Amino acid sequence: MSAITQEGPAVIAGPSPAPRRPAKRDSRKWLEIGLLAGPALIVFVGFVILPVVLAAVYSFFNWNGLTPLERFIGFDNYVRAFNDPVFTKAIGNNFIIAGASILIQGPLAILVALLLNRRMRGRTLVRAAIFVPYVLAEVIAGLSWKLLLSPRGGVNAALEAVGLGDLTQPWLANPEIALWVMFGILTWKYLGLAILLMLAGLQGVPQELSEAAAIDGAGWWQTQWNITVPLLGPTIRIWAFLSIIGSLQLFDMVWVTTKGGPIGATNTMAVYMIQYGQGQPGFGSAVAVILFFISLVIALFYQRYAMRRDLGSNAGRDE
Amino acid sequence: MMNKTRIIRVSAIAAATALTIGGLAACSPAESNDGDVTITWWHNATADPQKALWEEVAAEFEDDHPGVSVEVTGYQNEDLQRTLIPNALASGDAPDIFMVWPGGEVRSQAEAGHLKDLTSVLSDTIAELGATVNPWQVDGKQYALPYTFGIEGFWYNTELFSEAGISTPPTTLPELEDAVSKLKAAGTAPIAVGAADLWPAAHWWYQFALAACSTDTLKSAIPALDFSDPCWVEAGELLKDFVDTEPFQDGFLATTGQQGADSSAGLVANGNAAMELMGHWNAGQIGSLTPDQTVPEFLGWFPFVSVPGTAGDPTITMGGGDGFGVYKDAPDEAVELLKYIMSEDVQKRFAATGAGIPTHPGAIDSVTDPNLKLIAEGLAESSYVQLWLDSDLGPTFGTPLNQAIVNLMAGQGTPEDIVKTLEDTAAAL
Repeated sequence: MSAITQEGPAVIAGPSPAPRRPAKRDSRKWLEIGLLAGPALIVFVGFVILPVVLAAVYSFFNWNGLTPLERFIGFDNYVRAFNDPVFTKAIGNNFIIAGASILIQGPLAILVALLLNRRMRGRTLVRAAIFVPYVLAEVIAGLSWKLLLSPRGGVNAALEAVGLGDLTQPWLANPEIALWVMFGILTWKYLGLAILLMLAGLQGVPQELSEAAAIDGAGWWQTQWNITVPLLGPTIRIWAFLSIIGSLQLFDMVWVTTKGGPIGATNTMAVYMIQYGQGQPGFGSAVAVILFFISLVIALFYQRYAMRRDLGSNAGRDE
Repeated sequence: MMNKTRIIRVSAIAAATALTIGGLAACSPAESNDGDVTITWWHNATADPQKALWEEVAAEFEDDHPGVSVEVTGYQNEDLQRTLIPNALASGDAPDIFMVWPGGEVRSQAEAGHLKDLTSVLSDTIAELGATVNPWQVDGKQYALPYTFGIEGFWYNTELFSEAGISTPPTTLPELEDAVSKLKAAGTAPIAVGAADLWPAAHWWYQFALAACSTDTLKSAIPALDFSDPCWVEAGELLKDFVDTEPFQDGFLATTGQQGADSSAGLVANGNAAMELMGHWNAGQIGSLTPDQTVPEFLGWFPFVSVPGTAGDPTITMGGGDGFGVYKDAPDEAVELLKYIMSEDVQKRFAATGAGIPTHPGAIDSVTDPNLKLIAEGLAESSYVQLWLDSDLGPTFGTPLNQAIVNLMAGQGTPEDIVKTLEDTAAAL
């Protein structure tokens, strides 16, 4: 089935019916492309591709950032990073956050979106309220949570006030739970975006199908599970992609709230890169390249296997 | 007919993921060179009165030197140290006068050829300042001059101490432990420490290393990066025993050092903790975190305690300071400006701001803050001042060493792990 849609564009593109154009029009076309795409291309190459390549070059040197690049050490920086338990733990934390996002935030977002998609009083207000955390600046949200969750903060005070004093915790200082507290903050922050995406996806699900199902006697839950959620597939897959990449590159919320602590419990690859790359940009670059490759490989595999149907049909439309 | 969608796909992924690495891109300031001389000067004072003082000094220098203009800017300390100055130096377009941190940092900048050798051009000033200039020397040459230098000690709440029945500040480790239990009995968090920032907690190990190691060992081991002496392990054992008495505030692993009422400085400032081990700048830090933005009346200072039965000399202290260096291509006027900054007159006015302890001996009497006076006395009585260990070892050591120390304090590491971290980091240099 998917093989057919994959081949679609090739079939259309093959016997191109375009008539032969005079050379003048061709050069004009290329001039246009050059003028329109050129500036963006220069910026992209200069500020994205070039830094990636430079980071890859730096990563092979023992370099403090001040001297010329002289001490080539091959893959030593990479070996050092992978032998550092602090870094391997950070990689693990990134994957825990990514996995938990998919398994917990995804279903939660779909559920809330389904509920909000019904006609009800105050729907706009609820939608806006859910989206508020996502709009807040990361640093403001992080500092607020840091203050609320500190041992003398609001969360503990509230627990005391309602007689649940036994549950008080140094939330972000307890290495056993800090990562899950961090995940809770991230869920609070990013669930709004997931819900918004799902709601947008729901607008594309034809009303007629649910009506037909209702005529056939299907209940609300049955309709959602068998019709709406499957048709929401492309939206879910693109959200999951964004969520995975976001989890792998997680930095700002962690930096503001815990700086990766306590004892590395909430450390991530990007936080490690900043902390341990200090004074040794060669090593920091190696960590950056590792982070780049992990993200790239996962992104490629995800697009190849999970999103190929979505992208295939898009490509067909573009041609 | 290479698959267009694939190109788009790959470049989109590259764009998304490469943003992480894009963060390494540097920015550099532009310098105007139209006729007259412009001197750029970067410092770390972002708040008055010190910021205003540097601006005054720049204006006075402009008045005395027609045709010279001074662009003076204060940046947040860590941004300046870790990002702005290294990038400016690497780009070859650096400010003319900028903060230079002692020990490992001045060494690597001097070795890379970025700093002007001041040994002969400012020989008079160097002679006036005396021994405090030593940490800014590399191979006997002077590459920067400190305008402030101080030592570390305990900042404490005199009211909470007397409420807990502690009449005189502790001078030995057993006395400190006794004070801790008295404060706990009185219902106060005894010692605040900002372990989330790593370095404030790591200073506890530094101090125990000063207690465990003889002065000769300190002087020889650090430049040689040789940590084979058993005193380095002993430092961790002393710290572990002390941590086992649970002297720190609840949740100290997630407490930061300096930001907000919930930081360790904030806890002391607002009477929620009785003391904090911190550098000479802490009075200003604590003052900025009180509701009325002034240094609280109850604040007192006493030096780090001596540890009985160890090889360390109890009269040595640990400290550090802030200095200014001159870029290698800077105009001669920049050296003149540095000379003016270090003059007795400017140093006296710096002392009067209460922002720190001046390095010019003639300016010490202008210190009015009682706690800074205590620190200045402690500094004068020190038989040897060890520079902050992380500064002395160099920027590469900071995070790994400090993390290993915090691990120990969290019960997740051993004294040997700290020494192994030092050895591994030294091996990777």
